[in-house]
Amino acid sequence: MAHAKNHDYHILNPSIWPLIGAVSAFVMLFGAVLWMKGITPFMFLIGFVAVLYTMFGWWTDVVAESRQGDHTPVVRIGLRYGFVLFIMSEVMFFAAWFWSFFKHAIYPMSEYVGTEYVQPEIYHVDAFHLPLINTLILLLSGCAVTWAHHALVHENNRKDLVWGLGISIILGIAFTALQAYEYSYLLYQGWEFGNDKFFSNFFMATGFHGVHVIIGTIFLFVCWLRAMKGHFTPDKHVGFEAAAWYWHFVDVVWLFLFFAVYIWGVAQMPGAH
Amino acid sequence: MADAAIHGHEHEDNRGFFTRWFMSTNHKDIGILYLITSALVGFIAVAFTVYMRLELMEPGVQYMCLEGARFIASSAECTPNGHLWNVLITGHGILMMFFVVIPALFGGFGNYFMPLQIGAPDMAFPRLNNLSYWLYVAGTSLAVASILSPGGNDQLGSGVGWVLYPPLSTTEAGYSMDLAIFAVHVSGASSILGAINMITTFLNMRAPGMTLFKVPLFSWSIFVTSWLILLALPVLAGAITMLLMDRNFGFTFFDPAGGGDPVLYQHILWFFGHPEVYIIILPGFGIISHVIATFSRKPVFGYLPMVWAIIAIGVLGFVVWAHHMYTVGMSLNQQAYFMLATMVIAVPTGVKVFSWIATMWGGSIEFKTPMLWAFGFLFLFTVGGVTGVVLSQAAVDRYYHDTYYVVAHFHYVMSLGAVFAIFAGIYFYLPKMSGRMYPEWAGKLHFWAMFIGSNLTFFPQHFLGRQGMPRRYIDYPEAYALWNYWSSIGAFLAFASFLFFFAVMFYTLTRGARVTENNPWNEYADTLEWTLPSPPPEHTFEQLPKQEDWDKRHAH
Repeated sequence: MAHAKNHDYHILNPSIWPLIGAVSAFVMLFGAVLWMKGITPFMFLIGFVAVLYTMFGWWTDVVAESRQGDHTPVVRIGLRYGFVLFIMSEVMFFAAWFWSFFKHAIYPMSEYVGTEYVQPEIYHVDAFHLPLINTLILLLSGCAVTWAHHALVHENNRKDLVWGLGISIILGIAFTALQAYEYSYLLYQGWEFGNDKFFSNFFMATGFHGVHVIIGTIFLFVCWLRAMKGHFTPDKHVGFEAAAWYWHFVDVVWLFLFFAVYIWGVAQMPGAH
Repeated sequence: MADAAIHGHEHEDNRGFFTRWFMSTNHKDIGILYLITSALVGFIAVAFTVYMRLELMEPGVQYMCLEGARFIASSAECTPNGHLWNVLITGHGILMMFFVVIPALFGGFGNYFMPLQIGAPDMAFPRLNNLSYWLYVAGTSLAVASILSPGGNDQLGSGVGWVLYPPLSTTEAGYSMDLAIFAVHVSGASSILGAINMITTFLNMRAPGMTLFKVPLFSWSIFVTSWLILLALPVLAGAITMLLMDRNFGFTFFDPAGGGDPVLYQHILWFFGHPEVYIIILPGFGIISHVIATFSRKPVFGYLPMVWAIIAIGVLGFVVWAHHMYTVGMSLNQQAYFMLATMVIAVPTGVKVFSWIATMWGGSIEFKTPMLWAFGFLFLFTVGGVTGVVLSQAAVDRYYHDTYYVVAHFHYVMSLGAVFAIFAGIYFYLPKMSGRMYPEWAGKLHFWAMFIGSNLTFFPQHFLGRQGMPRRYIDYPEAYALWNYWSSIGAFLAFASFLFFFAVMFYTLTRGARVTENNPWNEYADTLEWTLPSPPPEHTFEQLPKQEDWDKRHAH
């Protein structure tokens, strides 16, 4: 740098990651089209691995910068703003799925004048069985994250921090596993992947949520590794805070899915247990 | 001077070409990349329209033939190729919406000047900023690939219109449509990341003492635009993801055979689409405010109402979307609501237009090139705004829906409003960004050619719409021939002015007169960017600006 800077903001050195990331995204998405058209999955897979590699390299750099003290208090405020805004954009993404779901549940096409469409009879999944267990698992996982956060901020207790994060990760994995089981069970009971607006909405919304659970679990796992290494201090742990916010966001979305889709939405459809 | 540390030092810039332009973490360089790329993509999108206007110049189909596209009319047999036409309107719309105007105004000017105006040394997340740019390039590549890939009708490209309505978009064959969907996804991700960056920069990095209501209007416009992008674009991403699922995985969000509803897509699309038009125009508002104040030698009239008008337009933009779809069979109550809500937007917009006029009132107006563009903007945007109020009436819209009246309306606000704002910004800021001054006569010639050309293109389209000519057709009956002819002449003139613009830019950047002073205009260009050298050094505000550098207190 030509001159010494006299402020606390973070001026970054040039980085190759954005270019690599964008090229990878192009390869991945072009490959996704080829894959969907049954030509070859390989271009997609190459692009996907490259995107993951970019994320790994980029965030490794971010952690390194954090360790060398580039993240001053004002930069940390900015990082928090940024992550909250990212979550807001995610909320609006889910708004699209819920819009579609509520429209189709409240005004099904079968009630339109002159329609020939009849809603299919579906197996009525019992929301207070596996979905309720999953709800409790996810909420408990959120509690574990909060415990970990509390341990870090108020007691600077690394042992409890690591334990809390570990428990939340295991519960997150349990949620994903049970959800996979639930999917296979529902498909066994005659639910279809597509073919009706109910199934479309169900699998789009819960599937997108499921992807977020997996991403959140990985995020928590990275925080767990960093907690083991002692990266977090009571007043400097933006990465962990972001992971916790993300995890709570995933929790809240699930609550909407549980009440709106599993309890109310299924009851709107013809069919029985 | 704000940047005391800069003066007295010879600035060093040791970065290599690749490092500077491909690995940038510098908001000024990334802004320039945005401007140049959007100009090139703009050229493609404009070239499409010139070809379309060539076809529409005379009744009958002379150029877009199934036997092969022609550029010179011949007597050989010509079977109309409607698919090619449809691909061109789709490509023009998608490119202009997502890959030209937003990147130029938000990505280009927003990146370059918002941090400078608020005295920030760079963006909050400089590396993320570059990801926004390169994702924009990746998205553009996907969009161009889409135009050149196998699509419907056993031809290349998708001809479904930029709104991608199902069932057209869900049944269009080939890969082209899927590539277009991913192109919009990627450009959306780019814009959302940019918006996160802008909001954080605005909230977290303002110069000491610069409270929210002391921030210059252009930065305010970028801030509000960022919120619109952040909240509207993810909804679009959801809508087109549903399209993708319908197309490839047998989902039925929009397929009535499976209980889906095509009109639902229109609602979700326009929930994004209406904020989108304000995303496009708001940064233009910001630029125009500074240009008019500078060349009227008066501080902008009514700073606070101007800020609140931007905010009000942003908020109202989210609650009026269904005025794009009065004819889909909504209830009268719904139509009445959307009609009233839409008309309400005329109020804050009127506040802005009258404040610009009041700024000029009694000022000593200097008709330099940027001011001409701002003047042109005012006239054209007002014409487009007034036809907008006409179209907002659900009953009147029954007659105008999908006619050339609508085409004329939205080109007056976007092609003429937003684009004139871009040109005003380019001529206003070119000396700052390049350190060279454009030749005044050339800028004026460009303006007059473009002003006459674009008015000649679009004003007659009001008449065509009132006569009942529908949009999106390759051909028309004899009765519409006269005004189509003149509209095409106007398009050629506007295109010539666009080519001339490239020549002016090339000349200015290579041979233009050097600008030595920090502020080549006058003391009413009083925001922080004018306290910096032209062009600004690699790192600006390494010493944060002091309040007396920017707080002139004449406006508020």
